Amino acid sequence: MKETVIKTDKLTKRFGDFIATNEISFEVYKGEIFGFLGANGAGKTTAMRMLCGLSTPSSGKAEIAGFDVYKQTEQIKKNIGYMSQKFSLYEDLTVLENIRFFGGIYGLTDLQLKTKSEELITQLGLASEAKKLVASLPLGWKQKLSFSVAILHEPKIVFLDEPTGGVDPITRRQFWDMIYEASNRGITIFVTTHYMDEAEYCNRVSIMVDGKIEALDTPHRLKEQFKSDSMDDVFYQLARKATRSDN
Amino acid sequence: MIFREEGSKENEEPCHEKKAQASKYDFMNVSINKTGPAVICDSLTKVYGKEKTLAVDKVSFTVNPGELFGLIGPDGAGKTSIFRMLTTLLLPDGGSAKVDGLDVVKDYKAIRNTVGYMPGKFSLYQDLSIEENLNFFATVFNTTVEENYHLIKDIYVQIEPFKKRRAGKLSGGMKQKLALCCALIHKPTVLFLDEPTTGVDPVSRKEFWEMLKRLKAQNITIVVSTPYMDEATLCDRIALIQNGKILSIDTPDQIVKDYPSDLFAVKSEHIYQLKNDLAAFPVALSSYSFGEYLHVSAAREGQPEKTSRMIQVYLSEKGHKDIVIKEIEPTIEDCFIRFLAGDETEIVKS
Repeated sequence: MKETVIKTDKLTKRFGDFIATNEISFEVYKGEIFGFLGANGAGKTTAMRMLCGLSTPSSGKAEIAGFDVYKQTEQIKKNIGYMSQKFSLYEDLTVLENIRFFGGIYGLTDLQLKTKSEELITQLGLASEAKKLVASLPLGWKQKLSFSVAILHEPKIVFLDEPTGGVDPITRRQFWDMIYEASNRGITIFVTTHYMDEAEYCNRVSIMVDGKIEALDTPHRLKEQFKSDSMDDVFYQLARKATRSDN
Repeated sequence: MIFREEGSKENEEPCHEKKAQASKYDFMNVSINKTGPAVICDSLTKVYGKEKTLAVDKVSFTVNPGELFGLIGPDGAGKTSIFRMLTTLLLPDGGSAKVDGLDVVKDYKAIRNTVGYMPGKFSLYQDLSIEENLNFFATVFNTTVEENYHLIKDIYVQIEPFKKRRAGKLSGGMKQKLALCCALIHKPTVLFLDEPTTGVDPVSRKEFWEMLKRLKAQNITIVVSTPYMDEATLCDRIALIQNGKILSIDTPDQIVKDYPSDLFAVKSEHIYQLKNDLAAFPVALSSYSFGEYLHVSAAREGQPEKTSRMIQVYLSEKGHKDIVIKEIEPTIEDCFIRFLAGDETEIVKS
């Protein structure tokens, strides 16, 4: 039996008359890499905010790591990690300070923090940069560091919101190697991306259109279903039907 | 590579004079400068901070009038610094650059009158409506929305229903379209677009490039930057850029043709094991994930079928099932990866 770590049932968010997220139902399993795709304005961010316990749904149900999105938002926050390209680390703190700060917030003890920081800095090969401001690191390193920080407390699920936007092609691939490692350790990865080749790296992918999940399956079966040879084309077939858009 | 240094030198002085005179009474009249390159960078350099970080390292390129020229590279490659120097918002620390034959340092005022610039960060007035922003920019450039409406019509009709809405309240896609309208409203000779499609979904990105094609048909020179390698093929010529240095400048086709190795797309039942096995395979110069396949490069010896068979045999011995091997043409991303990795192909064997 696969262990379910995210389960939503007709999860909905309304803003006045506007239904940003419209009755989405899906499950994500432990250790899975789940790609959450959709055009700008399809309702991805709203959905993610509800899943992270940052926004109360209008209706429907959802459990994240076994906790209820209405009542147990604090427990949810303790059991997840989050990173995005926009907000990840404090630029005015050093690499070490960032690790200590986020570790502290997630309740790691001083001893844990010490071992974890050393471990992480060695792994990432950042020994000579440990005392430098994060602002001075190249984007690719920042993103790798920020991912490591997001899973510092060994969360059940990590939410990645366009983690590789603007990153060079080699670093982008190294970043995905880190995702695979985390997933092998049993951390569930919930990721959004605009790179369709990255959709292929996911175990399963959902595609949102106008607030609804219009497709959900493995990349392989989605391509079969839409009779196309690339995820790019699958996405295009679905997203161009959108009546509502960010544009 | 195209560095038309000599040709440009012949042209630069006369154009410069004419341009300076023209701009005194009619800075819109730019047709006089159709002979020379639209943009010339010559060893353009920018250094930042106490640590003297080289953000732009002796960058040289030329953009021809009417060309759609792409600066392709990841964040931090130096694209924005180049744009800011070319639009006279940042002083170079070395080298020189000309736009429409005008020097970016000496003639900065004239350049500001003739170029259009859409920065990567939304920079219009959030408290003004769509309409007010557009009128404001038209007025600043001493023109009217009506005068150049034909240039923006295509794009403007899409946001017109919301013209009373404040810019700060617009969605990302609408902001992008408004910004493009504002950058076009004075009929610029050269349009600089800094990462207009970053963070934009694939469908909207396609639409945006359609708009650029139509603008190009109106004879506007466009210099555009993007971190998305797949957009490179939509440009006439591209410069691949990383760490402030240009790796290659050419047409996308030529860059692909110059790829020095044979390239194969390979997959099997167990993609993770495949990754490790190929990394240990001496025939593979590099191997890395590419969508559902791994891309594997091997020395070009005129017999790709033979290489393909070698890969097949090796993987069968390693116990792989459902092996698919196809010889493929490289994409710009493959070329970029090769330039980044250089001879140290090990980097790419992850």
